[in-house]
Amino acid sequence: MIRFLLNEQSIESALPSGSTVLDFIRTHQRLPGTKIGCREGDCGACTILVGEWVNEELRYQTMTSCLMPLGNAAGKHIVTVEGLNMRSLSPVQQAMVDQNGTQCGFCTPGFIMSLTGFLLEPGSGDHEKAIASIDGNICRCTGYKSIERAAALIVEMARARPAKGHLDWLVQHQFIPEYFLKIPARLTLLEKDLNSQMPLVRGEMMIGGGTDLVVQKHLAVKNASLDHVYDTSSLQEIALENGRVRIGASVTVTRFAGSPVLQDHFPDLARYIKLISSTPIRNMATLAGNLVNASPIGDMTVFLLALDASILMNDGKQKREIKLRDFYLAYKKMDKRQGEWVEAILFEPPGENRRFHFEKVSKRTHLDIASVNSACLVQLADDGSIREIHLSAGGVAPYPKYLAQTAAFLSGKKPAGPVLEEAIRIMNSEVAPISDARGTKEYKRLLLRQLFLAHMIKLAAAETSVHEILFA
Amino acid sequence: MNVKKPDTTRISGNVDAPGHVTGRSVYVDDIPVIEGMVHVKVFDSAVAHGKISFLDYSAAEQVPGIIRIFSAKDIPGENQIGGIIPDEPLLADGEVHYCGQPVLLIAADTADAAEMAIRKIEISFTPLPVITDPREAFKLGQLLSPSRVFTLGDARSNLAHCKYVYSGKAETGAQEQLYLETQGAYAYPTESDGIKVYSSTQGPTQVQRTIARVLGLGMNRVEVDVPRLGGGFGGKEDQASSWAAMAAMVSWILKRPAKCIPHRMEDMRMTGKRNPYSSDYTIGLDEEFRIIAFEATFYQNGGAAADLSPAILERTLFHATNSYHIPNVKVTAHSCKTNLPPNTAFRGFGGPQGMFVIEAAIDQAAKHIGVDTTVIQRKNLMDDGTEFPYGQIVKDSEAINSWDELDAHCDLEKVRAETVSFNAGNRFLKKGFSMMPVCFGISFTNTMMNQARALVHVYSDGTVGVSTGAVEMGQGVNTKMIQVAAESFGIDPAKIKLESTNTTRVANTSPSAASSTADLNGKALLDACNQILDRLYAFVKTELTDNEDETVEIKNEVVYINEEATVFNWTNLVRQAFLKRINLSAKGHYATPIIHFDKSIEKGHPFAYHVYGTALTRVTVDCLRGTYTIDSVQVMHDAGISMNGPVDLGQCEGGIVQGIGWMTMEEVIYNEEGKLLSNALSTYKIPDIYSVPAKIEVQFLKNEKPSMAILKSKAVGEPPLMYGIGAFFALRNAVLAFNENAPIPYSAPLTPEKVLMGLYG
Repeated sequence: MIRFLLNEQSIESALPSGSTVLDFIRTHQRLPGTKIGCREGDCGACTILVGEWVNEELRYQTMTSCLMPLGNAAGKHIVTVEGLNMRSLSPVQQAMVDQNGTQCGFCTPGFIMSLTGFLLEPGSGDHEKAIASIDGNICRCTGYKSIERAAALIVEMARARPAKGHLDWLVQHQFIPEYFLKIPARLTLLEKDLNSQMPLVRGEMMIGGGTDLVVQKHLAVKNASLDHVYDTSSLQEIALENGRVRIGASVTVTRFAGSPVLQDHFPDLARYIKLISSTPIRNMATLAGNLVNASPIGDMTVFLLALDASILMNDGKQKREIKLRDFYLAYKKMDKRQGEWVEAILFEPPGENRRFHFEKVSKRTHLDIASVNSACLVQLADDGSIREIHLSAGGVAPYPKYLAQTAAFLSGKKPAGPVLEEAIRIMNSEVAPISDARGTKEYKRLLLRQLFLAHMIKLAAAETSVHEILFA
Repeated sequence: MNVKKPDTTRISGNVDAPGHVTGRSVYVDDIPVIEGMVHVKVFDSAVAHGKISFLDYSAAEQVPGIIRIFSAKDIPGENQIGGIIPDEPLLADGEVHYCGQPVLLIAADTADAAEMAIRKIEISFTPLPVITDPREAFKLGQLLSPSRVFTLGDARSNLAHCKYVYSGKAETGAQEQLYLETQGAYAYPTESDGIKVYSSTQGPTQVQRTIARVLGLGMNRVEVDVPRLGGGFGGKEDQASSWAAMAAMVSWILKRPAKCIPHRMEDMRMTGKRNPYSSDYTIGLDEEFRIIAFEATFYQNGGAAADLSPAILERTLFHATNSYHIPNVKVTAHSCKTNLPPNTAFRGFGGPQGMFVIEAAIDQAAKHIGVDTTVIQRKNLMDDGTEFPYGQIVKDSEAINSWDELDAHCDLEKVRAETVSFNAGNRFLKKGFSMMPVCFGISFTNTMMNQARALVHVYSDGTVGVSTGAVEMGQGVNTKMIQVAAESFGIDPAKIKLESTNTTRVANTSPSAASSTADLNGKALLDACNQILDRLYAFVKTELTDNEDETVEIKNEVVYINEEATVFNWTNLVRQAFLKRINLSAKGHYATPIIHFDKSIEKGHPFAYHVYGTALTRVTVDCLRGTYTIDSVQVMHDAGISMNGPVDLGQCEGGIVQGIGWMTMEEVIYNEEGKLLSNALSTYKIPDIYSVPAKIEVQFLKNEKPSMAILKSKAVGEPPLMYGIGAFFALRNAVLAFNENAPIPYSAPLTPEKVLMGLYG
């Protein structure tokens, strides 16, 4: 039995835990306001709000219900557009009406959910954050300008929102219905029930946020007995341990980006993360999921490769730690033994002397899979030579590539023009891109060179050398 | 006494919006289904061209939950869904002509069961040659319809005398409509051998006609109802028919309700897109940069069946000279048959493809001569009294006016100076700009389609029900129809309900397309309202005066005689009229006057009027990474007297962004085997909120010239899309600012890949 709250209602469902929340909402509960646009998390028409306890506080996040396994709803508050409707329109709904932010209307409930999610987020909400909240919602009609105008109105209205007790304020001003005030108590009750009933069965398939498995194998996911690890608290921690950052396997990209530890070490983290999928997907996708998906282009994988991260594998009896760069063997083939799962990711943070940079270029800058992505970690010596370098790239090999030879060549050298030229030659010998929907192989090689040069400008003060190469 | 009251008939914005923001608006998949509903899934071809040598679905039929599997031989009527030309089967019969062509229909209790069954179907093919390139198809003589030629003056002999003559090649890619709601239909049998079908279609009558043909029924047995569309953009003008016919056929044979709604990936690989074009051109100018002659040959990639391609081809020719007056023109167009899904309508309908070519030709000439492209563009804008290549005389042109007004507003000279100075000061960032004039003809180019009907019921309590042939797909036509009826009756719009589009209430409709929906259906609606008003006015006179010459009118629901308020208001007038057995219903009809076109000489007056405008697009290219941003699009648009500013603004902004998408990131990729690689939203990218121009500024020209538009509010659906073409040329200019020898052909879309290859090529 999966138990949770759906809008104002208590739910107990015996459906397979791998069926999607979207189908449950639309078919089994006949709440048709949540729309089916793509079933792969790329349009946002099925966006819902998911409320759960985070550090003693009820927090709501947007998720794409098409990819969310029903089992991941257990103990949570699921909100659809029907659950926001009141006697009159909420100010969010009214703003979208007033600014003509809706034309055919099919994407609209998703936008309403995301913008309401923006208001449910504690803390100050500026225009940039309001727009970020709808970065996963695609609209084909409006060209977004009217939606931007609606968002501006909403930001204006939200200025009066207090830092503490914002739920009360939102109810008082009819942004959300009154029943929201009873949700914390109801969730607490539900949680107690769940804890006493939670079966401790290992499933045959492990699933995190579902953002990849549900896209690739939705029937298999639905028919398998699943091991839901998304909410496993022991896998959700980010900590500093013996000088290394330890990230639990179920840490989501959102949690990663929000971690003060990581923000300290990566000053540009927010800028990098903005290039990676969308808000609802980042709310669901786990880091370990990105690693074991073994996509040749995984953004977080490429990010972690350049940190020369290790992963902690566990098969229930034994643990072992291996370098991420040794984990990938061939296309979608990993050094992952029968029954093993990733428990944690470990890396030494850049620290004072080492600097990190991430680059990604895709056909559409945001909410897209990279044509080529690349990350680089550099420590410079006092004389400007490269003391240590790690370099990774995606989209240029059958698996996420740690560019070992290029890095080895650059170590100890000053990033002068001829050195960079030779490094590029070596780099080209290390990669073997193929032509596909994300670009021709010739383009990917050129782009890899460009991103490498961008790293060198950013990390190795090599602007002059780069000019020598590009403007020769 | 005439008391001034606020005008209650005015609406601003979209009446459907409250339903949308609450999720209460109903689309096909939201209609409550009847018990026992069957899910219909399509088994489609995995090869682009071949003979089916083996097909066995007996194992699939054994999958639990499978009700029945249908093939072409199970079709009760004709296996034919071609609209303009009967050249397309509903289900492949022996041969397949494109990847994604439907072969079998799986009827199952659940979608999952159908999916399991599909995996158990065994099929093999004897391969036949696959052609995806229209020029190759042309060489082999594979045409979908006869080629067309429009001529004016004598292009060939005049080219010989031009000071400047340039030839080149221009290409534009396909574009996926990507309506957020996929195709789909839901059908159930009704008594008297009938069937009712809810379809997400722009063309309810086309769906009705197709189902009647496939089932072997009279059209009167087929009721098609369209609640609303989650976007259409042309993709549901003709191609909604197959999905509706599939649902109808299964429902009809099994005598059960049936729903056929494809998954996004199925929709993308099984349906056609905007036709890609490859074109050759020659342009000739005199020493004063006047365009003296223009020749072009368009090779349209039609796909495997005609669909709407012949009509799209025609519109390419109509817009081959865009906003320019060119005295000598010869433009030729070939609709080429390839092994791709039949390509189809998409906002602009061949017009954008034609305009891109003349803009490329002008740009090439300017670059070679060494003048700014805008100089040649401005010099050759059309004025009243000149002749289009198809014989219509230019009237009420706003081509020059919209350009000059935009120039006055934006100061083109200053933009140019700013761009030059920015580029001089930045090594890795370069800016570019372009001007894009647009002239778009309003009417279906097939004259016969320019007709519409509307049905109006005034109920005895004074509320009003309106049915027209117009399909609401986000363009706001429901709102505009309510405005027409409210303004005509002089009543509160809240009293009027727009009904779904239904073939039993309004028959023989033209599709909601060609930007003409509000014009045609609005005028038919006006006719119906006027009939009822005439009867009501006559009744008022009978009741209150003996003088036939007095004027009766209704303003803000009050009935006036000679501007004097009477005892009647709308509600009691209607009640009294009903008691006196006055007919309170009417059917209106409209057929656009004046227009005609003679295909045998390719001359006539095909358009009721033209819509004009000009756009200035400014961009910045990151020359290290090859990425770019569209900084601003500023538009001077000719909307006539817009009847609904917010709705028309929304059409402009949305159209511009769609046009920019087509020119930049939207890349439909087929491999050599004709298989779609950009087959999901993860590989086919349309603009998101971050990629749209930081600034879109649309200004409406003040144009009160009489026109044939509804309430003088000009059609606005398609024209703005073509402003987006400016993004291509602005980006190209920015790339040239980095590398003046950049190999950057006139080939859209200009993806980050092409930009980077150009920057360093």
